[in-house]
Amino acid sequence: MALLEVKDLTVFYGVIQALKGISFDVNKGEIVTLIGANGAGKTTTMQSVMGLIPSKSGTVVYNGVDITKKPCHSIVHLGMTQVPEGRRVFQELTVYENLLMGAYTEKSKAKIKRDIEEIYEWFPRLGERKKQVAGTLSGGEQQMLAMGRAMMSHPELLMLDEPSMGLSPLLVDQVFEIIKNFQKNGTTILLVEQNAGKSLAISDRAYVLENGQIVLSGTGDELLKSDMVKKAYLGG
Amino acid sequence: MSTILDGLSLGAIYALIALGYTMVYGIAKMLNFAHGDIIMVGAYAIFVTLASTNLLLALVVSILLCAVTGVVVEKLAYKPLRSASPLAVLITAIGVSYFLQGTAQLIFGSKSQPITLPSLGSIQIGNFQVELRTVITLGVGALLMVGLTLFVKCTRTGRAMLAVSEDKGAAQLMGVNVNRIIMITFAIGSTLAACASFFYLLQIPSVSPTLGAMPGIKAFAAAVIGGIGSIPGAMVGGVLLGLVEKICTSIPVLNPYTTAIEFGLLIVILLVRPIGLLGVRRREKV
Ligand SMILES: Nc1ncnc2c1ncn2[C@@H]1O[C@H](COP(=O)(O)OP(=O)(O)OP(=O)(O)O)[C@@H](O)[C@H]1O
Ligand SMILES: [Mg+2]
Repeated sequence: MALLEVKDLTVFYGVIQALKGISFDVNKGEIVTLIGANGAGKTTTMQSVMGLIPSKSGTVVYNGVDITKKPCHSIVHLGMTQVPEGRRVFQELTVYENLLMGAYTEKSKAKIKRDIEEIYEWFPRLGERKKQVAGTLSGGEQQMLAMGRAMMSHPELLMLDEPSMGLSPLLVDQVFEIIKNFQKNGTTILLVEQNAGKSLAISDRAYVLENGQIVLSGTGDELLKSDMVKKAYLGG
Repeated sequence: MSTILDGLSLGAIYALIALGYTMVYGIAKMLNFAHGDIIMVGAYAIFVTLASTNLLLALVVSILLCAVTGVVVEKLAYKPLRSASPLAVLITAIGVSYFLQGTAQLIFGSKSQPITLPSLGSIQIGNFQVELRTVITLGVGALLMVGLTLFVKCTRTGRAMLAVSEDKGAAQLMGVNVNRIIMITFAIGSTLAACASFFYLLQIPSVSPTLGAMPGIKAFAAAVIGGIGSIPGAMVGGVLLGLVEKICTSIPVLNPYTTAIEFGLLIVILLVRPIGLLGVRRREKV
């Protein structure tokens, strides 16, 4: 059984239909990627799966539970969270406080402390800047913080919306490395990326989104070799 | 000297009320114009319970009634409008304000009634004779503000309040129940208003259905002066306004113009620094 199962999801912004019936699934332990051009509906998909924007029809089932109509915060308590587009770290809170917010669902103080130490090991830059206000971090550091913050809740399924956006090539490689490590540690990943080449290379499976519809799906390798993906997303 | 102390204690009252405006604005992104009337609710609660019990119990009843009123108003009037236009919410808040005043008028009549509080007398500090009510207002007010600051900075719920005020969606992604946080915010704001109402009665011992209007609007001005949405801002704004008011009333030439000077100060500060003294300019979300 799939960990996440999305069926015929439609989303409207007023009269504009952003998602025209999207179906996909994510199995335990996989990295699944959604690729698509600007405005294809990737962020909309992520946010409506997460309960941040309401869907008009369709179902979202997580771990056998229908979460279509559940509010976002209770979905998080079920073990799924998201690093949103644009990172959205809490600008006025420190690095440390941001990580504490990430552990909002965790009650044990001792465990939170251990987890934060672990995040500092993963991202030494964050450890060096724990007292710094997040708004003053560089873009790359904010991305690390957003990812660390999301990991604080030990999600079973982590969604990442364009984690490589605006980062230097070196940092982009690092981000993909971290995502692979998350997977190795047992986290299932749903990834949204513009960077088709790099994301397909680490993906088990992927879907191509165009104008609110899925037009192609397959394993990462299959899509890397597909003419359509090559033409539209890999620059020839 | 005593003018300064009086100003500080009036400032503490304004600050306590201003905190309610600023916290609700920061977290629910709305101007709760009915907040001033919570002071009136608290005052009548003291007025009624004091007839049959002691002051401490009356205070407890007043705090509970204010907190419940704040939370119920939020649930019935504001929560259904969570995604409505800010204008609709604002008009609703004004409606709630009239509703509370009207209810008080129905029960207690529209006339102002005197309230007899135990007289507190005054104490000697150095060479100065200081009214005990001033000392209590200042002391307890400061304590409440320190407490609130620590609560917001150091507790899980307090941090969640900051997170919600900055980015509701991201806070939800951490597992924060935004509706619950808004409810807590209204409860805290109303509790502070209840305390303020007691201190206000110590200064002006009478109750009327429109009692909350003036301190309410001045505290709102204080919140804006300090930077609406900012907790330390509300404290600074409140104390500043209280000081200005007492200093003006103590100078005979300025006395008649006190209120004009206070709101003039608001205008000047907004002209010089539109986000208020301690307000933060937030990047607009894309
Ligand atoms: N709040 C909104 N109101 C109206 N239309 C919206 C809103 N948010 C998104 N849209 C529209 O929905 C469509 C899909 O947007 P979405 O943000 O999901 O795209 P995306 O695939 O994430 O794009 P990008 O790669 O640029 O992030 C776009 O046409 C966009 O203009
Ligand atoms: Mg997007």
